Amino acid sequence: MWAYLHKLASPQGFYALSVRLSPWCWGLALTLMVVGTIWGLGFAPADYQQGNSFRIIYVHVPAALLAQSIYVTMAVAGLVFLVWRIKLADMAATAMAPLGAAMTFLALFSGAVWGVPTWGTWWQWDARLTSMLLLLFLYFGVLALRGALGGRQSAARAASVLTLVGVINIPIIQYSVEWWYTLHQPATFSVTSRPAMPSDMWLPLLVMVLGFYCLFLAVTLTRTRHEILRREASRRWVRALTGEGS
Amino acid sequence: MAFDSWQAFLAMGGHGVYVWSAYGVALLLLSGTVLQVRLERRRVWRRVSRQARRGRQRGMDRGAS
Repeated sequence: MWAYLHKLASPQGFYALSVRLSPWCWGLALTLMVVGTIWGLGFAPADYQQGNSFRIIYVHVPAALLAQSIYVTMAVAGLVFLVWRIKLADMAATAMAPLGAAMTFLALFSGAVWGVPTWGTWWQWDARLTSMLLLLFLYFGVLALRGALGGRQSAARAASVLTLVGVINIPIIQYSVEWWYTLHQPATFSVTSRPAMPSDMWLPLLVMVLGFYCLFLAVTLTRTRHEILRREASRRWVRALTGEGS
Repeated sequence: MAFDSWQAFLAMGGHGVYVWSAYGVALLLLSGTVLQVRLERRRVWRRVSRQARRGRQRGMDRGAS
């Protein structure tokens, strides 16, 4: 077990695993997202209050979930890197940051255009919306640090520290709808109770959420591989790969 | 089907602008991600093969001397 984990934590072991797994993740992500989009846009019933604007939920909720999940994953990777000095953890954190920023932006944008017909405003400085905007700036900060400091060790440490400090924002996003008065409705899904919407509304949402998570996995596996190649380009095992083509 | 016609589907009951702009931005961001990953893949492999060539050359130099 430990030997296996040790092998996985080595760039070379992870590389082999990623080559095998990532095509499946990409395929699954594409399939689930196409099915979920067609189902959600064309077949799910319209909401009796919100009408068809409710269909924005099928991009809004998966994007918001991913935005936070990616951040937490990055923070865990940052901790692993700082404590155990495992380079692979930092490579993975580097790989997933842009997707996290994109998903945070998508959650904010889809929320804003959903807000216009539903709340009569596209923006409000309330707790949920503001903490989500802060998340976007945290992503920008991490990306800017890595961009400015290049691939050096100091960039990795600074980005990890910033990610870890910013993780305080995640429970604030989570509980903002309960702690403060906000326009935003409470969570649609919870682990403990059945969803408060009919199954032909939440099933396509579930498909979309799973599709987005598959995409997260696919992007992270593939981009971590690229990061490994970039940082270890002079190693013998990487040079040996060129014999096999691309 | 939740709609009677393509027109109704595109109109989204008067909410078409909101629904389609949200999905449009989603498509843009997701295809941008895929494109970025593909370009990065090409860039990285070019770098690796350059390094490999240099390595082989160095090996040959050493073999000659």
